[in-house]
Amino acid sequence: MEKFETYTGVGVPLRRSNVDTDQIIPAVYLKRITKTGFEDALFAAWRNDPEFILNQDAYRNGSVLFAGPDFGTGSSREHAVWALRDFGFKAVFSSKFADIFRGNSGKQGLVTGIISDADIEKIWQALEANPGLEATVDLVAKTVTVADIRADFEIDEYTRWRLLEGLDDIGLTLRDEQSITDFEAKRESWRPKTLPAKGAQ
Amino acid sequence: MSSAPLTLAEKVWNDHLVVKGENGSPDLLYIDLHLVHEVTSPQAFDGLRLAGRPVRRPDLTIATEDHNTPTVDIDKPIADITSRTQIEALRKNAAEFGIRIHSLGDVDQGIVHVVGPQLGLTMPGITVVCGDSHTSTHGAFGALAMGIGTSEVEHVLATQTLPLKAFKTMAINVEGILRPGVTAKDIILAVIAKIGTGGGQGYVLEYRGSAIRALSMEARMTICNMSIEAGARAGMVAPDQITFDYLKGRPHAPEGADWDAAVEYWKTLPTDDGARFDAEVFLDANTLDPFVTWGTNPGQGVSLLDVVPNPADFADPNDKAAAERALEYMDLTPGTKMKDIRVDTVFLGSCTNSRIEDLRAAASIIKGKTKAEGVRMMVVPGSARVRLQAESEGLDQVFKDFGAEWRFAGCSMCLGMNPDQLAPGERAASTSNRNFEGRQGKGSRTHLVSPLVAAATAIRGTLSSPADLEEGN
Repeated sequence: MEKFETYTGVGVPLRRSNVDTDQIIPAVYLKRITKTGFEDALFAAWRNDPEFILNQDAYRNGSVLFAGPDFGTGSSREHAVWALRDFGFKAVFSSKFADIFRGNSGKQGLVTGIISDADIEKIWQALEANPGLEATVDLVAKTVTVADIRADFEIDEYTRWRLLEGLDDIGLTLRDEQSITDFEAKRESWRPKTLPAKGAQ
Repeated sequence: MSSAPLTLAEKVWNDHLVVKGENGSPDLLYIDLHLVHEVTSPQAFDGLRLAGRPVRRPDLTIATEDHNTPTVDIDKPIADITSRTQIEALRKNAAEFGIRIHSLGDVDQGIVHVVGPQLGLTMPGITVVCGDSHTSTHGAFGALAMGIGTSEVEHVLATQTLPLKAFKTMAINVEGILRPGVTAKDIILAVIAKIGTGGGQGYVLEYRGSAIRALSMEARMTICNMSIEAGARAGMVAPDQITFDYLKGRPHAPEGADWDAAVEYWKTLPTDDGARFDAEVFLDANTLDPFVTWGTNPGQGVSLLDVVPNPADFADPNDKAAAERALEYMDLTPGTKMKDIRVDTVFLGSCTNSRIEDLRAAASIIKGKTKAEGVRMMVVPGSARVRLQAESEGLDQVFKDFGAEWRFAGCSMCLGMNPDQLAPGERAASTSNRNFEGRQGKGSRTHLVSPLVAAATAIRGTLSSPADLEEGN
């Protein structure tokens, strides 16, 4: 996972509340064998509507999402995070997130920041007045800035630390890499090795 | 430091501790052997690619194709697109990450849990993981072996370790001598019926006692294989001379001084006298009958000499309701003799019962006999090598003469990811491990049985044991 400190990208005003994970990615896309390439699946049903915000030219490269309350509710599918990430989103802001979605996001490097409904409304208006406007996310200062609007956001400290350090579950384990290497150095020579492959008698 | 008496499982755990977890966080354990197959690995490899991580120890990793592989026409392209995609993804991933793979058509291809032991990679005192719940099979060697999820597969590929929470231990004591016609499969089905499908949850099981000591390695694998059906993530048998004899000379078994050092260590592994188990279960091998399931979970089993139970006789309301649902799905009436249940198909295969001893046992029963009219029998060896071995012994001819289908290796009808499925409403006597609704095909009905019962059933057309043949019934 890459370290996340600050990021600037096109802000997307998604004026919807209760965006559940079935909306973020419908179940039909869960049969795939990859963990990437879900960009076409993101908001798949809504994207059939030419007027949907991500179908508008100004937002095609959108990467910072501002949504209504209760974002990411419903099914626990991790694919919802993969779809947002694959489309290019680096951060999502809402006044309220579903817990599981937030947890999944943290594991995949997607920032989920909580800002007030009043701040969301101000940012929506700014973005709508000037489509394609960029938003700057500062995870160190815990602020998001759009034009002259600067909002403080909340994120739990453990997740923030992991994002700043670029640590996923594997990354955390690899902090103990020296212990793993030390263990391997003592590993007895009789223990199994698959390579080089040995033929049967 | 005084050493307290330890169980087998605790010893293996302690010897793989990389980082001891503190304040309730999990321990980090080293993984000696990682087995990979096509179904649960693609997203794990994709995760590595995404993070730019290599596989830490390709030399402790091995892949084989089993769940999706066809058991006929293996030289032709796989018809099902999803299956073909998964297999092609595994081949591509193995090539990209430098992992040894045994593909369809390769002499070492087969069910992942048959291939590991056959190559001599599975050995006592090691940790084994695989993205498959039946990884418990390898515990038969005195290894700590468990199934893991796809995110854990990625974790092991990247770090060769796994964070694990401590477990409890349960001793399954099986004392006595099995009667003729009674096998390891009957022991484990009886154990699961006794403790229930959730009885082993949170535990590592250790199968102990004179009846277990007397079993061959392949029989021990059958027992450990179904630990997961009792809810346990792992099951183990202490290594002994039978284990060492089975291993010695296998392609990847230690050699020379390594062998001697290994054996010396392996001999220290059995549970110490005075070690405490968190739970104990006792089963009398002397009185055990062939065991079969009547319902839709592996705990719903009875003696073959018994009858279909009456849901009204279950005290627990959940068990009662489950029995009612199961009987409706299975289309069975309480009080029906198990031996009167007629089957359409007999499946001999799966990681539970597809090894050479299983095939020999079944062949010894059907040799020179006639298959019951209308019954289909499918024999699917666990690996390409098992198939070759059986052919060198002429077993394939015995099966073919009997009218059974002699197939190529794979998981096959155990879970029907390939075309080997039951039709809706079809009933099977199956040597596999799960009798869930729809497991062997939509609407399929499964009775779990031993290879001996499978063979006798194929002859008589109803659930039977070899003893029923002798009586001339």
